[in-house]
Amino acid sequence: MKSKFRLEGLDCANCAAELERAIQKIEGIESVSISFMTLLMELEYEEANQEEIIEKVRKVIKKEEPDVTMEEI
Amino acid sequence: MKKKGIRIILAFALYLVALMIHFPLEWINQLIYLVAYVIVGWEIVKKAFRNITRGKVFDENFLMTVATIGAFGIGEFPEAVAVMLFYQVGELFQHYAVDKSRKSIASLMDIRPDFANVEREGNVQKVNPSDIKIGEIIIVKPGEKVPLDGIVVEGTSSLDTKALTGEALPQDVQEGLQVISGCINLNGVIKIEVTKEYGESTVSKILNLVENASSKKAKSENFITKFAQYYTPIVVFIALILAVIPPLMIPGATFSDWIYRALSFLVVSCPCALVISIPLSFFGGIGGASKMGILIKGSNYLEALANTEIMVFDKTGTLTEGVFEVQKVKAVDRSEEELLKLTAYAEYYSNHPISLSVKKAYHKEIDEKQILETQELSGRGMVAKIGEQNILVGNEKLMKEKQIDFETCNEIGTILYVAVNGKYAGCIVIADKIKPDASNTIKNLKKNHMKQTVMLTGDRKDVGEKVAKELGLDQVYTELLPDGKVEKVETLLKEKSEKGKLAFVGDGINDAPVLALADIGIAMGGLGSDAAIEAADIVLMTDEPSKIMDAIQLSKKTMKIVKENIIFAISVKILVLILSAFGLSTMWEAVFADVGVSVIAILNALRVLYVKKKKE
Repeated sequence: MKSKFRLEGLDCANCAAELERAIQKIEGIESVSISFMTLLMELEYEEANQEEIIEKVRKVIKKEEPDVTMEEI
Repeated sequence: MKKKGIRIILAFALYLVALMIHFPLEWINQLIYLVAYVIVGWEIVKKAFRNITRGKVFDENFLMTVATIGAFGIGEFPEAVAVMLFYQVGELFQHYAVDKSRKSIASLMDIRPDFANVEREGNVQKVNPSDIKIGEIIIVKPGEKVPLDGIVVEGTSSLDTKALTGEALPQDVQEGLQVISGCINLNGVIKIEVTKEYGESTVSKILNLVENASSKKAKSENFITKFAQYYTPIVVFIALILAVIPPLMIPGATFSDWIYRALSFLVVSCPCALVISIPLSFFGGIGGASKMGILIKGSNYLEALANTEIMVFDKTGTLTEGVFEVQKVKAVDRSEEELLKLTAYAEYYSNHPISLSVKKAYHKEIDEKQILETQELSGRGMVAKIGEQNILVGNEKLMKEKQIDFETCNEIGTILYVAVNGKYAGCIVIADKIKPDASNTIKNLKKNHMKQTVMLTGDRKDVGEKVAKELGLDQVYTELLPDGKVEKVETLLKEKSEKGKLAFVGDGINDAPVLALADIGIAMGGLGSDAAIEAADIVLMTDEPSKIMDAIQLSKKTMKIVKENIIFAISVKILVLILSAFGLSTMWEAVFADVGVSVIAILNALRVLYVKKKKE
């Protein structure tokens, strides 16, 4: 399963890298790539319980970068 | 961003006041410093406290806050304000630079059509391009973008393809010609029959490709984020040791002196500047490339391209035009013009590529009434009666079969022998033409230290070898079937050095497996070929081989800037760390190592965006 999200409010390159590392640790996430330049996040994750996984990602973002909102595109 | 600018100016003014004027009471100066600090740094301090509650100790807001509050603590008021002030200046600049390059790349890719004028039920409606179906007729007025791919059914015009191909010359279109979405109509009104839905059309394929380009990261990008991950904690840890251990161990050492050194460490420990300049360079490189009509699917490919050692080319359609043209006419007992005319008449009803090229070379109106009889002899040629003359056009086999006394022609290519009324009349040589810029491209590649240039072709040995020799390629393999090409590339992949890369250049038709197998698959003529856009890592929008050279040069330039930035930033930081550990540098140098370095690295990265115009 692949999805793309726009990350609004991401304002530092190192934060993007840290966020990427944090999301990578979530169970069910196969790969994640956050581009600070395009403000896009690409997720690859397990087909099963995808809603749960996305919810976890949302939580991690909320914790790491409270100013960032994620929106699927 | 504007608000931040005003705050910075205000704080700077106050800072200057406090620095220049010595008020009789010292606390007035200190108060002014404090006010300046709050104006410029409040935002950072707030974020720092919020982050610390979530356990983010190595967050740059936190580091800056500790460094500056610490400076206040040991009575270094001007330093505290200056560090925060310049840190904010750096942040502002960074935002500005990132924003600017984002915008400039977005404008490069400003090819998305907003609407389409479609003819429905006798009138013209303005609709979303994605609502249009194949076969519908759309109207494009001057100044509008062609919204979908199609064929012109009415009108003539010139199209500006610059945003797609980097080509400055407009392309003329008329009835019957294909047009590609994303071009801008310059003058006439044209009607187009849509041949592809929006999702399948060139413009949305290109936009998709560009938007996805950022997810594949280059090794140097990963290196720098990895570096930052360890760098900051290590520097902070050393700072802690510096603040506590020496004052306890070394006789006469004061806490305020060593804390000052430790605070300098904290200022230098911020990694963001370093982390931003690398993706910015790649982003700029990819953007600059698309300006030239070169689409790169990820920073990793841009990085790899600079290390290409072996460049493998497909022949037909890549180094040669892929279109058969009459190269030579050798007439016996008549003019060349006359021979060409007779052949064109004889071949008039045939749609064989060879016949088409003869008719194209003849290039004049054909009077059908003169063609009395034609018969195609499969595998041999044509027999025709044109006016009073009996014409034979075909290969050697045909000449022998009809017992014509002919001279064998030793040219390379496809040879058409012609006989008129049973007598040999001459021959026509038809061959694929080498692209005008192919030879220069190979020369330039070699000049730029390409270790090997190789050509693979399914074509005959003599034809392939002649082309390879003319172009000066190092190696050529001919008469290859598609899986033979795969095999050859597999062998070549073993010949390169560990770090070196192999790039394969093809036209995207039939060579998808090889494009995928090569380290870097480059497809040409992206305009109009979906297969090419999908299979390749790098797509050249036009079919000029010289674009390969442009891409390599851009990639080398990008990599040079990336390396400069990595080396420059890391070495300045480490130097300042060492100096401040020994008390040889002040917080001022530390601010330079943070903000100054980031500004310089960003300015350096922005250089990629400004690619030189193609030199002719």
